[in-house]
Amino acid sequence: MSTHRVMFGPGFAKLFGRWWLVGGFLFLYLPMLTLVVYSFNKSPLPTVWGGFTLDWYAKLAGDTEILNGLWLSIKIAFMSACFSVVLGTMAAFALVKYKRFKGRTFFSGMVNAPLVMPEVIQGLSLLLMLVAVQRWIGFPERGMMTILLGHMMMGLSYAAVVIAARLQEVNPQLEEAAMDLGAKPWQVFTLVTLPMISQALASAWLLTFSLSLDDVVVSAFLSGPGSTTMPLVIFSRARLGVSPSVNAVATVIIVVVAVCVTIASILVARAERRRAAEISAAQRDDS
Amino acid sequence: MRLSLRKPAWWRGRTVVIGIPYAWLILFFLAPFLIVLRFSVSEMGVISVQDVMTVADGVVKLAIKYSNYVFITSDDLYYKAYLSSVKYAGITTLCCLFIGYPFAYFMARAKASIQPTLLMLVMLPFWTSFLLRVYAWKGLLEEGGWVAEGLTHLGVDRLLAATGMIEVPGILLHTPFSLVVGMTYTYLPFMILPLYANLSKMDLRLLEAAADLGASPWVAFWKVTVPLSKAGIIAGSMLVFIPCIGEYVTPELLGGPQTLMIGRVLWDEFFSNNDWPMASSVAVVLVVLIVIPLAIFNKYQAEAQERR
Repeated sequence: MSTHRVMFGPGFAKLFGRWWLVGGFLFLYLPMLTLVVYSFNKSPLPTVWGGFTLDWYAKLAGDTEILNGLWLSIKIAFMSACFSVVLGTMAAFALVKYKRFKGRTFFSGMVNAPLVMPEVIQGLSLLLMLVAVQRWIGFPERGMMTILLGHMMMGLSYAAVVIAARLQEVNPQLEEAAMDLGAKPWQVFTLVTLPMISQALASAWLLTFSLSLDDVVVSAFLSGPGSTTMPLVIFSRARLGVSPSVNAVATVIIVVVAVCVTIASILVARAERRRAAEISAAQRDDS
Repeated sequence: MRLSLRKPAWWRGRTVVIGIPYAWLILFFLAPFLIVLRFSVSEMGVISVQDVMTVADGVVKLAIKYSNYVFITSDDLYYKAYLSSVKYAGITTLCCLFIGYPFAYFMARAKASIQPTLLMLVMLPFWTSFLLRVYAWKGLLEEGGWVAEGLTHLGVDRLLAATGMIEVPGILLHTPFSLVVGMTYTYLPFMILPLYANLSKMDLRLLEAAADLGASPWVAFWKVTVPLSKAGIIAGSMLVFIPCIGEYVTPELLGGPQTLMIGRVLWDEFFSNNDWPMASSVAVVLVVLIVIPLAIFNKYQAEAQERR
């Protein structure tokens, strides 16, 4: 590559670049790897290696606090992700397709604001409102539903941003063509738009799912007695110090995430390649 | 009914598509925030927060208290907490830039065939739990943890103590240093990704032109590459700086008594002191603190768009 030589000069810069990348990746991955290794440590002390053991995983299987928390977190994350994608699609549609409606600037501000609003403020504000509502009509109690509400609030914005980015790329002529051929707006959406943004919908779903599954702050404000999500359990243990049970949970989560993300990215890459092939085939037919 | 029938079908669809998220956001984003605003100017009663507006004997009484805001400006604690939030967010942003810029640069100039893999490797930690990534550093920086041992061995701890990032050589956890390391670690991908997006789009012929005109690679880098990647630098810095200001989890797990950040103050005001009006006032000031850099950023972006 000639450009390389122009930029770096031979040798040194290239070597430097390679080591910087290696160092960066070590920085990103070694801490996680250490967690994984120490989850097999016989010694409960995080600094002493006492030999290999699977004890912490056996204990994890009987740890009802974590398991209940995990089940609750998964339920909340699933519902929150589904809801966020539906409402996020609407919000993205409103922002991208309808350039003029009353209060559009205000609307886009509200869609984007939760992205920059610190979680402590989101949690506090929702809680204060829920308390006010509860005093007024005696409903809702703090618990799973209120946590879900908080996560849906955050998820909507993230989903809207991801979907809007994709929606902007969709060629509007395709939708217009469908309309000209007599498709109803709903048909245009389900038959033309939806398939084209399906990948963005999937990544928005995954993003909001993992955001919800990971959230500490908003959940802490909105949880009630008996509704402790898994991050809250992990957080309260981590606060006290390094604990082998957390290392074991961490390892399970890391492995599951790594496997899922790898599979998802392979599928996405394959779909992309297929789409590119179809498009080029279609263009060849044209000419 | 006749009226709505006369309107075309897309009109009704449009109303629904805009109306539902709009209503949702007003109900669950705007209304809660207005409630926070109201709380911030009310006083804590004996059991519950007193109403701002009371109706007694047919007379509406408004009792707005600025005392919380006065207290925030007069009490050292809040002032220091805001200041150290900005300070540590700033240091973290600089650290991310220092590590992230060369990283993104060399990533963008790596062989095209391995770039998707590198990109995925940067994103992967982002998908794993934020909480666990912070927690991982607890074990590493604890006395006897291998990173702490290594740094002490190399004498880095004495350097850090000299710069005030830690108090006593050898103790790394619960110091400004551990806080900055934790935040840099968790937010580094947010810096790398926009920088990479920017740098990989750069027209390399410009560098060749610079070389033809006699610029050394180093000069070309500073005079061509860096100015062209300004938008990426600003975007990445915002993505790191803004969430860092309001951060709670990292200061709680890795910070110490020296590193009081405003997110933690708000949390303690609410959960430990049970002072809801005070927590609300802290929140309102925090929002203002975040809106300012954001406004500057938006102005810059608008100007950049105009120039295009």
